[in-house]
Amino acid sequence: MARFTDENVAIAEEIIARYPRKRSALIPLLHLAQEQDGYVTEEAMEHIAELVGITPAEVLGTASFYEMFKREPVGEYLVNVCTNISCMLLGGEELLHHLENRLGIKAGETTPDGKFTLEDVECIAACTEAPCLQVNYRYFYRVTPERADQLVEDLRAGKLSHEVPRHGVLSRVRQVLPENRAGVAPPDRNVEPAWLARNETATEGDT
Amino acid sequence: MTDREIPRIVSARWDLADGHTLERYRETGGYAALEKAVTTMTPAQVHEEVKAASLLGRGGAGFPAGVKWGFTPPGVFPRYLVVNGDESEPGTYKDRIIMERDPHLLIEGVLLACYAIGAAQAFLYVRGEMALAQERLAQALNDAYAAGLIGRNILGSDFSVDVVLHWGAGAYIVGEETALIESLEGLRGMPRLKPPFFPAAKGLYMQPTVVNNVETLSNLPWIVANGGAAFADLGAESSKGTRLFAVSGHVRNPGVFEVEFGTTTFRDVIFGERYADGIRDGNRLKAFIPGGASAPWFYEEHLDLPLEAGAVGAAGSMLGSGAIVVMDETTDAVKAAWRIVRFFARESCGKCTPCREGTAWLEKILRRILDGHGRPADVDKLLDICDNISPSITFPPKQTTICPLGPSAVSPIASAIMRFRDEFYAYCGGGEITVPVNGKAYLSTPPTVGANP
Ligand SMILES: Cc1cc2nc3c(=O)[nH]c(=O)nc-3n(C[C@H](O)[C@H](O)[C@H](O)COP(=O)(O)O)c2cc1C
Ligand code: SF4
Ligand code: FES
Repeated sequence: MARFTDENVAIAEEIIARYPRKRSALIPLLHLAQEQDGYVTEEAMEHIAELVGITPAEVLGTASFYEMFKREPVGEYLVNVCTNISCMLLGGEELLHHLENRLGIKAGETTPDGKFTLEDVECIAACTEAPCLQVNYRYFYRVTPERADQLVEDLRAGKLSHEVPRHGVLSRVRQVLPENRAGVAPPDRNVEPAWLARNETATEGDT
Repeated sequence: MTDREIPRIVSARWDLADGHTLERYRETGGYAALEKAVTTMTPAQVHEEVKAASLLGRGGAGFPAGVKWGFTPPGVFPRYLVVNGDESEPGTYKDRIIMERDPHLLIEGVLLACYAIGAAQAFLYVRGEMALAQERLAQALNDAYAAGLIGRNILGSDFSVDVVLHWGAGAYIVGEETALIESLEGLRGMPRLKPPFFPAAKGLYMQPTVVNNVETLSNLPWIVANGGAAFADLGAESSKGTRLFAVSGHVRNPGVFEVEFGTTTFRDVIFGERYADGIRDGNRLKAFIPGGASAPWFYEEHLDLPLEAGAVGAAGSMLGSGAIVVMDETTDAVKAAWRIVRFFARESCGKCTPCREGTAWLEKILRRILDGHGRPADVDKLLDICDNISPSITFPPKQTTICPLGPSAVSPIASAIMRFRDEFYAYCGGGEITVPVNGKAYLSTPPTVGANP
């Protein structure tokens, strides 16, 4: 584990080819690494550095800026409770504390069985559905303490495995750039796009 | 609020269970504007319609889209379009709904913008935490490519463009447009100093780059289909068309509403039966945030202001990202201010000292006050730090920093202290205020007569 599998190398190369500069693929590739292993390992960062043509330190530099990239294993289910203003007004903090008690851990910690990691997060853009939380970035709205208990039970029993994939799996649909793609626009070639010529023709026609 | 029928420009398909599919999108008129543009209009004509519409950016800064497009230097290619789908300003909830429930609307808007400005590639930057939005957009892009609506020779024309789905990984600051570009280049998402370079001239890969918000672009299909004049016919003053507002907090019916921009009032959306339906439990309104966590707070005396950029600006705040957060009388103002400041302290990218240090100290002092260890000198100290981050505590705030994030942290503190001083005194045992505060909303005083409706 940890370096990309052959299958993922193929995906990685396809992603890199979408961008005018390879380094732009860094965040998508870090997500791919997290999808493969559940977190971003050092070996994966080294492999990404090779693929993109930068140093492993540069990959770490970028990875460490972003909260979603976990460089240590986390629980199978990452439970992110929003406590920002709209949720705070409607019990977000109480919901977080309820889950802390229920799971026997503090925000930022993982249960000993490796099932749950709990986090106290900033606004997740569901403010009118407060208080809300995400499990592996899937939303649960207007969560009461009772619903939170039920959710924990259901997750433990594997009842939600369809809606909530394991940590690391973000989008289950991948964009594929097909045959009829327009192709990358390299920044160092000053070529006017064909259709802009229509502006000239139109002006000539007008005069 | 006017009585005439207001079209739903960006929320038309929200009630359809399959509004996100290509099939339903086309059945309900989708991609007709794209076809109209590429078969009957020149790029310049599309640009003209957007200018005529006076479409203001919906991402926070409210800059007219048509004017911004005009800033791309002539003859310099390639140009890029970067779509800002990083929605993370506290209280803001609208771009995600568009991306999840009507992804083709956004894609069509992106294509129209690329056509008009001559962008050869578009990058759709979606916030990392939005898994469903990423799935819906990936599917929509795949389907649109297969139907010949994106890619080489779109609809058989000379218009060719790729739309690449890209996503973030958790960092509020990446929503700032130059940080977004840095992030898209694979770097830490820290804002660039501007001037000298603005993205329109030198953005992604130092090439001309237009950054537009998801909601902004989603208006384009309607504008192209119906004409810029029809759009400008809606709304008032500088605020044209319709706009999405998320009303959250202590209201009976929190929700995201598309209303006529510029004419609808705060009272309409907060108290109107069709909208948020008033304060919960028959409580009284204490304060509301009119435009996201960065905005100075408003109070009952502001309820009759229209949702109009100029009017709200003149009253000392902003509509920002269309996020209205309502607090009733049970709200602890000190705690609310602390929670918002904690957000800025956490999300500061750390590049500028006033922001990095200032927000961290504000948060620590407020936390200490809430924990029962407040001192009388703390109230003035908080304002003194605010004054260091943004001298003379005005609105819009003076900027000592690379981006507006640091100065934004001043709004909740100055709002809470100036209006609810007694609550601070109750925690701190008094305190004298010597630091001058100048923002108009901070100095607003409650009306002597008139109560909650
Ligand atoms: C700290 C900060 C955060 C921002 N976050 C967002 C955001 O999440 N989404 C957004 O569209 N604009 C955001 N903006 C505004 C962008 O910088 C930019 O003005 C906007 O994307 C331009 O699009 P528009 O003209 O269509 O509104 C943010 C600005 C700042 C200073
Ligand atoms: S103001 Fe804050 S967030 Fe913005 S660039 Fe400076 S340190 Fe970073
Ligand atoms: S404040 Fe909780 S989702 Fe926005």
